[in-house]
Amino acid sequence: MSCRDCEACAATAPVQTAGKALVAAIVGPPNSGKSTLFNRLTGLRQKVANFPGVTVEQHTGEMTLPDGREILLIDLPGIYSLTPRSEDEQVAHDVLKGLREDTARPEAVLLILDSTNLGRHLMLAAPVLSLGIPTLIVLNMADDLRSRGGEVDTAALARQLGAPVLLVSAREGEGVDRVVEFLAGAPAAPRPVELPVLSDVPKCRAWAGRVGSKAAYLPPAPPKWTRRLDAVFLHPVAGPLIFAAVVIAVFQAMFTGAAPLMDGVKTVVAWSGQWVGSVLPDSTLRSLLVEGVWGGVGSVLVFLPQILLLFLFLGVLEDSGYLARAALIADRTMARVGLQGKSFIPLLSAYACAVPAVLATRTIENKRDRIATILIAPFMTCSARLPVYTLIIAAFIPNRPLAGPLLGSRAAAMLGLYLLGFLAAVFTARMLKSSVLKSGRAAFVLEMPPYRRPTLHSLGLRLYDRAKLFLRRAGTVILLVAVAIWVLSHLPLDRGKAPKIEQSLAGTIGRTIEPAIKPLGFNWKIGIGLITSLAAREVIVGTLGTIYGMEGEAHSEGLQAALQRDLTPGGAAALLVFFAFAMQCMSTMAVVRRETGGWKWPAVQFAYMSALAWVGAFAANRIAGLL
Amino acid sequence: MLQLSGNKIRRRAASLEDLERGEQGILEALDLPEDEARRLMELGFIPGSRVTAGMSAPGGDPRVFQVDGSEVALRRETAARLRVRRRAAEEVR
Repeated sequence: MSCRDCEACAATAPVQTAGKALVAAIVGPPNSGKSTLFNRLTGLRQKVANFPGVTVEQHTGEMTLPDGREILLIDLPGIYSLTPRSEDEQVAHDVLKGLREDTARPEAVLLILDSTNLGRHLMLAAPVLSLGIPTLIVLNMADDLRSRGGEVDTAALARQLGAPVLLVSAREGEGVDRVVEFLAGAPAAPRPVELPVLSDVPKCRAWAGRVGSKAAYLPPAPPKWTRRLDAVFLHPVAGPLIFAAVVIAVFQAMFTGAAPLMDGVKTVVAWSGQWVGSVLPDSTLRSLLVEGVWGGVGSVLVFLPQILLLFLFLGVLEDSGYLARAALIADRTMARVGLQGKSFIPLLSAYACAVPAVLATRTIENKRDRIATILIAPFMTCSARLPVYTLIIAAFIPNRPLAGPLLGSRAAAMLGLYLLGFLAAVFTARMLKSSVLKSGRAAFVLEMPPYRRPTLHSLGLRLYDRAKLFLRRAGTVILLVAVAIWVLSHLPLDRGKAPKIEQSLAGTIGRTIEPAIKPLGFNWKIGIGLITSLAAREVIVGTLGTIYGMEGEAHSEGLQAALQRDLTPGGAAALLVFFAFAMQCMSTMAVVRRETGGWKWPAVQFAYMSALAWVGAFAANRIAGLL
Repeated sequence: MLQLSGNKIRRRAASLEDLERGEQGILEALDLPEDEARRLMELGFIPGSRVTAGMSAPGGDPRVFQVDGSEVALRRETAARLRVRRRAAEEVR
């Protein structure tokens, strides 16, 4: 390796600049509790789940040994073998062989296996040990093994495998200190032992069985509680009913339960914004801070309680094992549009926000199914659309009872918009899955983990991680765009003062695009709103408030009146349809880019959704105009 | 299809799809492309292993199968490609 290469490595990999930090990798099959151990060791952000293949990404964390040395831990994706066929296996294979430039080759491996399913999980020991890297074999779920009457002789297993073996329970924290001891000691390369031909699965399985029986492995009794619970949760009648109840509960929590919290955040933001406004002298800076920064960031912060609540629910569902059952129940319905059961929960999450939904698609192993799910997720009626829908519906639809006291005309309009988004998603999924994203006959396989009690530790870490991710990613994008919009609507200066909105740059842009949106029934003011709502949908409410010379939502009555003046009923219908279809969310685009590894899919998604929105709004304008 | 007529033990060419809930079968072969067969084998569907049909989603598809200490759900179209030898109820301990 030349000196230049060394410098390049040092610059890109902080790992190696940290002096003599040891790099260790955690390897194991899905559902072996890898991530739980990783959390125990690093105490850092990492998603823990009870759902196969949740760790599609590689997560790293640091830990400090008792003697003060630092260790960099890499949590590799869950894999069944090291044959690089899937993306996950490729990543694990490349990291362990030192083939990835972005990651240092691990000097030690923690191989995590489920002790309650050792016969099968031991198969992975063969390829991992053959790498010759110092390896500790960690048999996890010791508590389950014992309570279900299983046994294993770890000393005999260590002799069979030529590497140290520990029996731990990462969930309970049992034996984790001894994992630390292994890392703190001088890990030695495994003693060579006879290994099977790695490409031959039946031979590997037979080898694993022999090794297990020489280590006096007694498999535990089948999980009694899991069978009992499945008899209820997968019951032909009770199962779907419970499933529906869970879905409704998630919805209720997201919309009803989160409302007071969201109001609280709103109040705090408004109050602190006023305070900043009162402290600063009347200046351009004050306007930028209060209207630009506070308004922009506040519009995002409001969604934090809802997103955290959603992730709390998802966390309980995933960690308890119910999520796999939900995917099973939903599979047949999802298969009708060419998707699969694992797409269901991400799409459900998308009703809160497409950002966590896109992240939740990581549980879908099939890449085409995953991309299709990502592409249709923004059609689900996310909560950012609600302020827009509420405003327009309140302005244009008189509240009349349709079906007694149960369903009013406004509620019906809202439901109709939910249905519209859902139908667009179904239509798009069908189209994609019968053409560009047609899956081969790749088998749908879903491992059903035993039910487990979720731990506060794991749920807490997950919420912390999600909150951080959301605030950082969505917050930075929205902040930048909010400032940009503020600049556009305050420039060019008119004798040292901000111009009227129609003379500002934003106004110019609005008038420039007016010809393109005129057929939809929109004027240039709506045009400005459409542009600013590219940042986030609900921004249009604030923008229209500014344009009509009001202070946003506080004067929503006034804004409604202004809209009634400026929009025909056809234009209002068109605006609703436009918002149902258009991809107006920079945060989602940023996440889609990250998760699909490039700008190709977000660009396709944006173009497609914009086109659909234009056509849909045009049709809505014409149809509503006839009525 | 495997023809086993004339065999003393009454055996029928069957697939996992044909198993009733609670019924066991010995897996004989996986009629799947190599990659898919390998993936299922890594999950425990190795020829010679004992597979028990378990609970299913409403409508019977996908169905959960107990194999090699774990539970794996397969869609009907996949289950139909895993050939099994049925074990009569009395054979099962």
